Amino acid sequence: MTGLALLIPLALALGLCGLGAFFWAMRGGQFDDMDGSGMRILIEDEE
Amino acid sequence: MTVHRPLSGQPAERTTLAIPGVRCAACIARIEDGLAGVPGIVTARLNVTSKQLSVNHLASLQLPDLIAAVERIGFEAQPLSDAGSKSASKETRDLLRCTAVAGFAAMNVMLLSVSVWSGAAGATRDLFHLLSGAIAIPTVAYAGRPFFRSALAALRRGRTNMDVPVSIGVLLVTALSLFEALTGGPHAYFDGAVMLLFFLLTGRALDSVMRDRARDGVTALVRQTAPGAMVVRADGRSEWVRAEALAPGDRIIVAAGERLAADGLVEQGESAIDRSLLTGEGTPCQVSPGEAVHAGTLNLSAPLTVRVTATGADTGIAEIARLMGEAGQGRSRYVRIADRAARLYAPAVHTLALCSFLLWMVLGAGVHQSLLVAAAVLIITCPCALGLAVPAAQIVAAGSLMRAGVLVKDGSALERLAEADRALFDKTGTLTLGRPDLVNLDAISPEHRPVALALAQASRHPLSRALTRALQDADITAAPVSDLTEEPGFGVRALWGGTAISLGRGDVQDSLSAMLTVGSRPITLHFTDSLRPACAATLQRLKQLGIEASVVSGDNGTSVARALQGLGLTAQTSMKPQDKLDAVARLQRAGHNVLMVGDGLNDGPALAAGNVSMAPASASDVGQNAADAVFLGDSLAPVASAIVAARRSMRVVRQNFVIAIGYNVIAVPLALAGLVTPLVAALAMSGSSIIVVANALRLRSAAQ
Repeated sequence: MTGLALLIPLALALGLCGLGAFFWAMRGGQFDDMDGSGMRILIEDEE
Repeated sequence: MTVHRPLSGQPAERTTLAIPGVRCAACIARIEDGLAGVPGIVTARLNVTSKQLSVNHLASLQLPDLIAAVERIGFEAQPLSDAGSKSASKETRDLLRCTAVAGFAAMNVMLLSVSVWSGAAGATRDLFHLLSGAIAIPTVAYAGRPFFRSALAALRRGRTNMDVPVSIGVLLVTALSLFEALTGGPHAYFDGAVMLLFFLLTGRALDSVMRDRARDGVTALVRQTAPGAMVVRADGRSEWVRAEALAPGDRIIVAAGERLAADGLVEQGESAIDRSLLTGEGTPCQVSPGEAVHAGTLNLSAPLTVRVTATGADTGIAEIARLMGEAGQGRSRYVRIADRAARLYAPAVHTLALCSFLLWMVLGAGVHQSLLVAAAVLIITCPCALGLAVPAAQIVAAGSLMRAGVLVKDGSALERLAEADRALFDKTGTLTLGRPDLVNLDAISPEHRPVALALAQASRHPLSRALTRALQDADITAAPVSDLTEEPGFGVRALWGGTAISLGRGDVQDSLSAMLTVGSRPITLHFTDSLRPACAATLQRLKQLGIEASVVSGDNGTSVARALQGLGLTAQTSMKPQDKLDAVARLQRAGHNVLMVGDGLNDGPALAAGNVSMAPASASDVGQNAADAVFLGDSLAPVASAIVAARRSMRVVRQNFVIAIGYNVIAVPLALAGLVTPLVAALAMSGSSIIVVANALRLRSAAQ
């Protein structure tokens, strides 16, 4: 049972990390142009 | 790739342009790199999903310069106003955030619940219940807001919608579970409440994404009536002024091929004016100094100087806008099928829960036990599948329609489209392509075709453009000519190796003809505004669907009769916008659900008044904004396939209702008997939701 004291907070913390990452990505505009982002990989930088 | 250049102290401005032609990675690179080389542009960023280009530029660079810069790169660009799109995409973001939170909570609470179901007991079970509560209660407070808001708004107006039973169910179940958790009871339904929110939010977020996509698509297609005009100041300077900033008394220059941004009187120049967007009449009319011209009309042959007499809300178009405002009110009274279902469903569910509570009380079970049973009834009947039944089907159908070239603006449009039983079509631009096509290419001898192309390219007259298109399609390249001049009211003249050549007005009686003269041999070219492809087949298909069609046109009787030969349609002609509106209202009074298909400004009020309306992508901005759905391409076939898809999606929606309610019929007696544990509730809820979504997925090919 002592394992629970470690595992449950750990599981929740990992879940919250994922949630935080999603919010961060959304605020950063990563979902603004779903089609374009995929295409931009194909553009070669000249520098 | 964003291009950064140091600002040279001047204030930067931000302009958004719609670029409908963007498709691939190469387009992004060409536009962004191309604009990087234009002096005055600080950054340019292209969004492929919404087909919008956002440019940061110095204030000295004006809108026409930006459009010209994009056109030099080889793309068509249209100015966009910034307002509107921001607030709508904010709604989607909000819903996505709520869904993410609910999803996170549902997973973690379920993890704890599974442990309880698999045998955790005593202190461990109580701890898990408390932990679930600690996750679920903030989640319900945060992710439940969209439902609580909508339910409150409905209750305030004395109505009920699907969100009322959802809100009551979630709140009651959460409160009861909290009580259970605190008193060490055996059953807590936190997982049910959170999972319900997650499923419903998924449906709602998808619904919102679909609306955003369709709206972006339509925005990118919109041809603004006239974004602005070149104003000549008293000191001779000229500058670009947006339409809303024009003032009466301004002198504006309208180049050939431009639309007028305001009403006014011609001061200088003679030209032909195309008024089809306003009146539906295809024949251009000649104007000379002193005559009135109207906003929204197209200047065809020569530049005009116009003194502005009325702008914005005072122009002739404003009358149409007023009619549209009034006509649109009827449609807002439409009640969506989910809310109609909720009107019956919500009272039934609440009565049932109350009855079960009273029944168990009478049987002497005690308040706590009776409340638990009532909560189980509420959660089992909570319209999880009902909430998904409609959006899931409509999103899949709308996605299928989008691939087939129909942008449906929202789910309610699909419902109304399915109910249409009478169709009214505009003629010019709707049944016909709204642009002239050359009939007799053979009349031009092969050696004269390059000369004809050189002349046609020099003019923006619709007939010249049609000739250009026909010749380019035949792989002709233009011959070198000299002394090219465009003569207002006549056409284009030039010299070709010493021979005088001209392309000008044809038969005075026939506005759709032109005269090509090489040396001394005149050839008459005939044009026709041809019907859209698949026109007859579509009308036939509509008839099979039980939809009678007829034509309402602003054009005169003879040209309508000539254009619609052989289609077997009845037509009303020479109709003003008000007449079209009356025609729609008359049919509605006779009990019909009217589908209005039209494109012009003059169709705007009728489009807004129809139970449902469609516009081609070539329509005016007013037409596209008023329509519920926009179809792409030349063919008329999408009109019929949209109706078929809408009807199929409604069939699936009804099946989904039956499935969702069928589940309840089985589960409710169990709940009444007090046999529904949180495990049973969770299984029933996810089971019915999955079946409903799977059923909706059958619509993927609905538009084929």
